[in-house]
Amino acid sequence: MTATETRDPLLRVERLSVEFQARRRTARVLNEIDFAVYPGETLCIVGESGCGKSMTALAIMRLIPENGRIGSGRVLLRDRDLAGYGTQQMRQVRGNEISMIFQEPMTALNPVYTVGDQIAESLRLHQGMGARQARERAIDMLKSVGIPAAERRIDEYPHQLSGGMRQRVMIAIALACDPDVLIADEPTTALDVTVQAQIFDLLREQQARRGTAIVLITHDMGAVAEMADRVVVMYGGRVVEEGRVEDILSRPGHPYTQGLIACLPDLDEHPTDDRPDLPEIPGVVPSVWERGVGCPFADRCAHTMDQCRKEFPPMFRTADTQRVACWLHEGKPI
Amino acid sequence: MSAPLLSVRDLKVHFRVGGGRWGRKPVVVHAVDGVSFDLRAGRTLAIVGESGSGKTTTALAVMRLTPPTAGSIRFDGVDLATLDGAPLRAMRRRLQLVFQDPYSALNPRQRAGDIVRAPLDLMDIGTPAERRAQVDEVFQLVGLRPEQQQLFPHQFSGGQRQRLNIARALASKPDLIVCDEPVSALDIAIRAQILNLLRRIQRERGLSFLFISHDMAVVEHICDDIAVMYLGQIVEEAPRNAFFAQPLHPYSVALMSAVPTVSGGRERAARRIRLHGDPPNPIDPPPGCRFAGRCPAARERCEREAPQLREVAPGHRVACHFVDIRAGVPVSPLSPVESTTTAA
Repeated sequence: MTATETRDPLLRVERLSVEFQARRRTARVLNEIDFAVYPGETLCIVGESGCGKSMTALAIMRLIPENGRIGSGRVLLRDRDLAGYGTQQMRQVRGNEISMIFQEPMTALNPVYTVGDQIAESLRLHQGMGARQARERAIDMLKSVGIPAAERRIDEYPHQLSGGMRQRVMIAIALACDPDVLIADEPTTALDVTVQAQIFDLLREQQARRGTAIVLITHDMGAVAEMADRVVVMYGGRVVEEGRVEDILSRPGHPYTQGLIACLPDLDEHPTDDRPDLPEIPGVVPSVWERGVGCPFADRCAHTMDQCRKEFPPMFRTADTQRVACWLHEGKPI
Repeated sequence: MSAPLLSVRDLKVHFRVGGGRWGRKPVVVHAVDGVSFDLRAGRTLAIVGESGSGKTTTALAVMRLTPPTAGSIRFDGVDLATLDGAPLRAMRRRLQLVFQDPYSALNPRQRAGDIVRAPLDLMDIGTPAERRAQVDEVFQLVGLRPEQQQLFPHQFSGGQRQRLNIARALASKPDLIVCDEPVSALDIAIRAQILNLLRRIQRERGLSFLFISHDMAVVEHICDDIAVMYLGQIVEEAPRNAFFAQPLHPYSVALMSAVPTVSGGRERAARRIRLHGDPPNPIDPPPGCRFAGRCPAARERCEREAPQLREVAPGHRVACHFVDIRAGVPVSPLSPVESTTTAA
């Protein structure tokens, strides 16, 4: 993706804030987040739990739990603002233009319907297919996601499939209507590493064939290196860094990104007996109640200055395609 | 070389899951099926494998938390497999366990200090004053503050809860701690803290760890020796450096190549050895090599004859018919470089 910035984005999240009401107070779980997804690319959203990754996905899909709401901002799919859509309008979008797959395929599939029924559902709903046509298409979908004996498997129930097979079925459901965007929220966290490799291969292959843009939510920097074209790093409900994967991994600009890359061991094919301790990020992610006005990372950061606690920094442009929300880069263009 | 602290021979753990009545054949899951390994004092042996490989069942059997079907588990010369009652309880103070999920392993209604003191009370170790001193000491050792003894588990973060689990495991001054996926449930930035803590404790106390994990990068960082399990059996065991420089069993090679790395990125993904299908059913494992059905290097002999573990280099054992020794160096039938040429 060399010319990403010159193309029109497919999905644009603009100054999006999500608020929750609890204990008679309002908590901002997403705070004016901004990012774009371009056609056919893979964007990885990374961060620890509690940073707002999954909430971002739910906000785009308009699936925020009842006690929360979009406080401000826009979710632009091409030029339509999904943030203002009603329930009926959103139903036309979900599963049709934007699909989502979840971490735990067993809980995301309905245990009392066959795999075929669940794939056919969106085809009949969105594409007005008849039962027979939808069934044939569902078999094709199962074949295309690499499920052997698709004609037989289509009449099986989720519990009859292995974890990897279930996630393949989820992908088949999500891609049945050829969506423009597929949001995958930690799709391989519950799977073994050899099965994860199969699922990543499948996502790449389907993307190449259909041109689907993928938003992959993950905490695994190895997966980011393997899958991403571009990366969004989230911390404390904010986007703290955005850029191309090669830039983020080789020259991370935000201390949090630097910590995330350094703190986990990477597989070394030439191991030696010299094993220094891993660099740690001290402390934990602050809860939504503990975030002040400044940078939410200030309490864990080795470079904290007075300014960090007073004001959240704007996104400074450290390279053409890399933006970092950190006062260390003050003076660079915004 | 000194005698190993823990020496497991031909361990089998079978679970009957049905059948056996009305003349029907019993249905038996062969969770662990003939596993042998040694763990020397002061070292870390990692047992790796994917779900269903039997690594956790092996760990539980070593702790006698699940009854072994056959085999011996010699700990400091005593066979735990045949021990029962009071002698087994006496041995248990020397073996402790840290579980994967730090949340569910702690009693939510007990204060942190009481949780850590519980093993001392239960095993009747020391006077009340000595117990208090011991709790203070392990709290400090794992990096918790003394006043936190008054708190309940929900008042701790995930990483602190795992520190609490480690403190409880350390309380009875064990010689061996079995760590079952101790960092898998923790957030990425917290894992480094716990891994560093485990290594520091080992340096300071000379403890041995049996480390169960599916995460190859974590294992490479922490282990001294490694054993790879597949469907209830060890397919390869080796010292750390030898294994990670050159895994030999085709399953080990595939497992390693499946791990995404920051330095490898897409290039590594392209070189990956692709495994198809799922592991076979542990109820009715195939007669030959259990990996044969998914192995890219399998030949006819593999399906017929089960390979035995054999030593191909000092301390490096592998259960594969087709690991060759060329000019004194073992060579795997499968290597990531070769697979590029065949795939192209």
